[in-house]
Amino acid sequence: MAVVFQKPKSLADVPLHYCPGCPHGIIHRLVAEALDELGIEGKAIGVAPVGCAVMAYDYFTCDMIEAPHGRAPAVATGIKRCRPENIVFTYQGDGDLASIGMAETVHSAARNENITVIFVNNAIYGMTGGQMAPTSLPGQVTQTSPYGRDVNHCGWPIRVCEMLATLEGPEYVTRVAVNNVKNVKNAKKAIKKAFQNQIEGKGFSLVEVVSACPTNWGMTPQKALEWVESDMLPYYPIGVYKDRSAAKEEK
Amino acid sequence: MAERVLMKGNEAIAEAAIRAGCRHYFGYPITPQTEIAAYMAKKLPKVGGIFLQAESEIASINMVYGAAATGTRVMTSSSSPGISLKSEGLSYIAGSDVPALVVNVQRGGPGLGGIQPSQSDYFQATKGGGHGDYRMIVLAPASVQEMASLTMKGFDLADKYNMISMILADGTIGQMMEPITFEDAEVATYEKPWALTGTEGKRKHNIVNSLYLKPDELEAKNFERFEKYAIVEENEPMWEEYMMEDAEICVVAFGIASRVAKNAVVAARAEGIKAGLIRPITLWPFPKKALAAAAEKVNGFVSVELSMGQMIEDVRLASGCKKPVALCNRAGGMIPSPDEVLESLRKAQKGEY
Amino acid sequence: MKTTQILIAGFGGQGVLFAGKFLAYKGLMEDLQVSWLPSYGPEMRGGTANCSVVLSETPVGSPIISNPDVLIAMNLPSLQKYVDAVVPGGQIYLDSALIDVKVERTDVEVFYIPATQMAKDEGIATLANMILIGSVLQNNPELSFEGTDTVVSKLVPPKKAALVELNMKALNMGKEYK
Repeated sequence: MAVVFQKPKSLADVPLHYCPGCPHGIIHRLVAEALDELGIEGKAIGVAPVGCAVMAYDYFTCDMIEAPHGRAPAVATGIKRCRPENIVFTYQGDGDLASIGMAETVHSAARNENITVIFVNNAIYGMTGGQMAPTSLPGQVTQTSPYGRDVNHCGWPIRVCEMLATLEGPEYVTRVAVNNVKNVKNAKKAIKKAFQNQIEGKGFSLVEVVSACPTNWGMTPQKALEWVESDMLPYYPIGVYKDRSAAKEEK
Repeated sequence: MAERVLMKGNEAIAEAAIRAGCRHYFGYPITPQTEIAAYMAKKLPKVGGIFLQAESEIASINMVYGAAATGTRVMTSSSSPGISLKSEGLSYIAGSDVPALVVNVQRGGPGLGGIQPSQSDYFQATKGGGHGDYRMIVLAPASVQEMASLTMKGFDLADKYNMISMILADGTIGQMMEPITFEDAEVATYEKPWALTGTEGKRKHNIVNSLYLKPDELEAKNFERFEKYAIVEENEPMWEEYMMEDAEICVVAFGIASRVAKNAVVAARAEGIKAGLIRPITLWPFPKKALAAAAEKVNGFVSVELSMGQMIEDVRLASGCKKPVALCNRAGGMIPSPDEVLESLRKAQKGEY
Repeated sequence: MKTTQILIAGFGGQGVLFAGKFLAYKGLMEDLQVSWLPSYGPEMRGGTANCSVVLSETPVGSPIISNPDVLIAMNLPSLQKYVDAVVPGGQIYLDSALIDVKVERTDVEVFYIPATQMAKDEGIATLANMILIGSVLQNNPELSFEGTDTVVSKLVPPKKAALVELNMKALNMGKEYK
């Protein structure tokens, strides 16, 4: 019988713990496909975050390490500086990367660490049950912003790609989404490029994946994907914010 | 014989680390240990190593965590407030059972404290510091020579037991210069089948992790780890005894305090006071047997510390509270003078503890 | 030799630590046990600085000096701070160009040397420290002048080789000062 669809080699054949309708499964798959297609699974070392993806070390079949909350880019730096021949990536959520770990994010980008960062932005803390994230939208209701995020009280959501793109350091900073087939396809391209950059020694590549959290947003999966389109993407526009090598070629 | 050279204690640590095969250093500047970073920044690139100044102590300890997870010999160094920041990482490293060397050149606290020498991180180093049940091997050098030898020893013990070795020094030993000799020592290497090196498609993936959501698994992991700690406690305590043969009063002191105490013991002997010194070299594992044996023959103990009295609790425990224990201490960056220690020995001679 | 504890104190920038290093290296070359302990911290940047050197034939106990055998005071605050700590029968060397007082103690030997002025007159203004050290070597039976050139050569970085001669000149000026 012809096999027409199978799991990527880089993804372990185990049940994922994510909620029904959660796009983490899609994003895991995109990362695993990129590792497979580039033939780097045997060289890859992944860094799992603290957040919903905390157990990603059980899902990817490459060597994995579990980092303290927010510190994945520092852990990845330590690994990459010791083993430059390996392919090192982090997989982080918005609380991990843009709140507690912002310093590690900014400085690893500033150093142009030759690592790949997959940043899943779903505008909420998922694992702890739906609290306000650094990327929660103005007015967004969460467990810790029950009356809607009041920007006068707790500040504005952070646009990570736009901010990092102001730095000289990073090689590649881009934002994609996984709310429809076309966007998923483009997300895959971006993730693959972010790994390819590392293979070529180009440096820090970050792919922000605008995602959804049906459970904590209190929406059906379908409605959540629509909300990504109607509310998330206007604040977090898809696009390439920095691509040093492409910019050089244009010149 | 190898040449005697004059070196600062901090530099001796750095040089010894390089000689022990450490080629990766991640750190963040803080007085009074910055010479270690400066030395590494200068020397490591010349021997094919990596020195990286991190954005914070937190980042640097996590770089150490990542590096250690690859099976690479790695270190960081800091001083008291910086070690507090690193404590999160220390707990993760301990919980993942990977080896690393961490140096704390202590200064006065709490809070921002001061920058003068102190020993007030004894509890933090020997009782955990970070969260959870874990231990670190804690080595307390009392001379520049020991800054070097215990650094080399520390790397070896870390690899042998997959633990953190901490050099618990202080600003005085870090800043002072003394003659030192580097003997060519064989550096032992250890198998690290758990290391993250990439599967190369040839083995199941390695996972370096401290998360166990099932409490029975986490409990088992803790019990297993403490079996290892029991072996360390049995095999690795180090201490020095000075004039203890006929001692009636036992001074207990480590690091710079032991140097002052030694002067006081000599002065006390000149007055006919039979004093001796036990100097713990490993603070964890604490030399319990030596203290227990001393408790059988001396009249009492005097714990000399640059803190409000931290090691004194271990002295009491190790001696089974059989004999009185007095505290002779200064804090906040002050150091007791030999006269101050002598005075407490005179009191002890009169039975005043 | 008996254990000699030397305390050097002055303003930051007067070469207090360098003078101490010189004595420590000299001890090292004579196969003595040595410790050199600087004060450290913000005072290094222009405030008061001091440095303790212990030379001994037996292992050095505490490197911290409470009662120096030899005090080298390069400014008035340093003299005032440490004058009473010097052991009876000890020595005090002071830069009399900068310290305008006399030591009242009679149980110590005091050497008044206008080192800063002497250095200025010879165009080696930064080497008053070494003039004082020259006098210490000359007047302290536990120390000697032998081998000083080797020590100076070791301490002066190769890029500043010209300073070797000037340091030797300063040491000799101190040696010959009566």
